[in-house]
Amino acid sequence: MWLPLFAASMHDLAKHAPAAIDWAALRRDFPILNQEVHGKPLVYLDSAASSQKPRQVIDAIVHYYEHDHSNVHRGIHELSNRATAAYEGARERTARFLNANTPEEIVFTRGTTESINLVAATWGERHVGAGDHILITELEHHANLIPWQQLARRKGAELLYIPVQGDNGRLDLSRLDELLTPKVKLFAFTHISNTMGTVNPAAELCRRAREVGAVTLVDAAQSAGHCLVDVQEIGCDFLVFSGHKILGPTGIGVLYGKPERFAEMPPYQTGGEMIVSVDWHEAKFKPAPHGFEAGTPHVAGAVGLHAAMDYLDDVGRRNIWEHDRDLAAYTYTRLSELPGVRLFGPGTDRAGLVSFLLEDVHAHDLVTMADGHGIALRGGHHCNQPLHRKLGVKSSARASFYFYNTREEVDKLIESVEKIRAFFAR
Amino acid sequence: MDVDFEELYQSVILDHSRKPRNFGPLPDPTVTVAGDNPTCGDEIALSLKIDPQADKVAGVGFTGSGCSICMASASLMTLKVKGKTRAEAGALLNDFQGMITGKTPEAEIPKALGDLRLLSGVRKFPQRVKCATLGWHALKGALAQTEGAAKFSVDPKDADL
Ligand SMILES: Cc1ncc(COP(=O)(O)O)c(C=O)c1O
Repeated sequence: MWLPLFAASMHDLAKHAPAAIDWAALRRDFPILNQEVHGKPLVYLDSAASSQKPRQVIDAIVHYYEHDHSNVHRGIHELSNRATAAYEGARERTARFLNANTPEEIVFTRGTTESINLVAATWGERHVGAGDHILITELEHHANLIPWQQLARRKGAELLYIPVQGDNGRLDLSRLDELLTPKVKLFAFTHISNTMGTVNPAAELCRRAREVGAVTLVDAAQSAGHCLVDVQEIGCDFLVFSGHKILGPTGIGVLYGKPERFAEMPPYQTGGEMIVSVDWHEAKFKPAPHGFEAGTPHVAGAVGLHAAMDYLDDVGRRNIWEHDRDLAAYTYTRLSELPGVRLFGPGTDRAGLVSFLLEDVHAHDLVTMADGHGIALRGGHHCNQPLHRKLGVKSSARASFYFYNTREEVDKLIESVEKIRAFFAR
Repeated sequence: MDVDFEELYQSVILDHSRKPRNFGPLPDPTVTVAGDNPTCGDEIALSLKIDPQADKVAGVGFTGSGCSICMASASLMTLKVKGKTRAEAGALLNDFQGMITGKTPEAEIPKALGDLRLLSGVRKFPQRVKCATLGWHALKGALAQTEGAAKFSVDPKDADL
């Protein structure tokens, strides 16, 4: 009696469960991964610094240059129309990628760093004054720290930090009430820490900021390509990320902004493309997004980014998230089983990266030797010097994952770390 | 372990990095020069006691922390530089620079460098040349100065001593 029922429910499950993903086939889309370094198969564990590119993205850029390239918005001829359509198509695609309301909420920049500098130099310059507070966190990448530090210095504003608890990489949010006051004009924080792998509760933090009237900026450099990032659900004023970390080319990045924020910002750079009309002694500027994109933009970059977003959503960012987190959790567990390993970041609920140190082995020595085993790690302060100082270390080693990485690669990493430990213990 | 890496991390180098010689503050130094490498956070402060009559390095000591290449290079350097005149120490510095940056062909690396030649493998690792030269930047600064203290940061792009 229950046998057919069981069969039916199995059938149902199969129908509704996401189709099993052939990760190995996806990996083959990345030509660069198929090579040896120092005579060993490349194990690329540095995607948090920059991801590799699938054939589809490379082909899209080549196709653009071979068929459609011209300047945008200027010409009347066919190629200019195609280039403009490609560029504006990428903007529209980015809006969908982030679930923004309209493409006008998307400004293209060079990357995360430029996006943040743009906001600091325009919105910040106009709205932050002496005695105001800017709130950030101790987890921030230098890109989301120095622009605010310098703005605060220029304006006589105060820069406040939500502290990190310690090696576990979690923010001490019990301090939020005390720090996030109506004096805070701007609250900028990272969605996912590039050093710790901490996942911050972005929607909750933005909700709290709204209660005190603070404008929010979310650094999504480490999240945009790894999990679903929905600007409406997060409820931020600004959100920024880089193309090169999400399968796209270098030199293209995104600044999402709410229309009401863009409307209250002076121009960033001035010149061609961003003007309505110009006279000898004055000029009228376009509204967002074009008003913040002076000069000929990186059209091929936008085209590559478009292809990258298509690729990511074909795989499914929920699937990627599970895959990367599984690898990081596996790495964390395996490393914690080794003697003399100091691990950074939360033990649970971490994103797809793991920073660590080997007792008595400098991170540079570790990374150099791992390189000898074909394994690409990041070693250093990962652009977060004050945080490393706070934790009492100069640097750390970091393994970061993407969906093209495998458990076998993690096993190679562990084997390498064990060898390195033994070598330095001689 | 690969041959290259065996060469980079020879036991003498590991030994010096674990037990650096002339490590610790030098009493009554004539000059102290502290340098850091901002890209990795390594720091070395080198003190020299100069005998003014002979213009010789009568005493040397260093403090700080860094990777094994950085510490071993500084340690080996202090052994070599003790007892040398300013001019001799300057010549040593040039020899070392030639070797570590790869400007001096392998076969022409001066014998006078002694154990420092064990660091010649570093030239194959451009990212690590800075590690090996930090202590030497401090030496260069210390030799250029007759007394007092100074501080500097290594420009990560500048391979020259
Ligand atoms: C969290 C975070 N923010 C900002 C950046 C800066 O990104 P980019 O160098 O692409 O501008 C990075 C990456 O380096 C990052 O990981």
